[in-house]
Amino acid sequence: MPASGTATVTLPTDEEIRIERDFDAPRHLVWRAWTTPELVQRWWAGQRGTVTSAEIDLRVGGTWRYVMEVPGGPEVAFHGTFQEIVPEERIVTTEAYEGVPDPDGSAALNVVTFTEQDGRTHLDLLVRCPSREVRDAIIESGMEAGMQESYDLLEQVAASLR
Amino acid sequence: MGIYCAAMARAATTADVFNAVAEPRRRQLLDVLAGGERPVGDLALALGVAQPQVSKHLRVLREVDLVAVRDDGRRRLYRVNGRALKPIHDWVRAYERFWTERFEALDDVLDDLKRQEDDGHAG
Repeated sequence: MPASGTATVTLPTDEEIRIERDFDAPRHLVWRAWTTPELVQRWWAGQRGTVTSAEIDLRVGGTWRYVMEVPGGPEVAFHGTFQEIVPEERIVTTEAYEGVPDPDGSAALNVVTFTEQDGRTHLDLLVRCPSREVRDAIIESGMEAGMQESYDLLEQVAASLR
Repeated sequence: MGIYCAAMARAATTADVFNAVAEPRRRQLLDVLAGGERPVGDLALALGVAQPQVSKHLRVLREVDLVAVRDDGRRRLYRVNGRALKPIHDWVRAYERFWTERFEALDDVLDDLKRQEDDGHAG
């Protein structure tokens, strides 16, 4: 089964980042993979490292925390508090990166929406940054830190998207 | 879930390309200019906004080199400079690449779940 496609990233406004992707699986399974700690551990780090810890207290007011280890790099941890949960449909949660001086003060608000059509699931993840400065910091980190591989690889991906 | 590695906060630049295209009107302007050089009056018509407003947006776009201008007799013609979009292109591609990898790993998890579910129904 080939991949269902690449993620698309757009910048809808000054303070937002939108990530979208279709999955070849019904919504209840995508939901399970998204909200079950053992399953999150298997995908959340992508190929960049391993998830060493995933805790999820899936209820409004409940918290989650993921820790990821990158080879040769420091541990990075994120946490948040669920603000809204509609089972299999929608999650609204804060997301704070613990590597900055005031994680909760610069936390983003993530709105995750799952819609199913013909057994496939569309994921819409809207990251709302508290300010343009935070969004820019995220953007900037992508250009400076572990996210970038060699430029060649980037070009290949860019080419495959078109 | 959304942010991958919000590393060091940096001094925010007010006049960078990301800021310039964050404004919907300015993206509209770029779309119109992508069709070719235009004087400011045409742009105001195309967007349906007053000329001073268009000039304001053009100034922001020019500051980050997204738009260039030349004199053509008594008119000033504006054109888009696509190369200035490169930082955005690069970032979006890098971010997309990371999320694509992450979602490919999620695909594998989903395949397993589907298989388990099918086995469950069969048994």
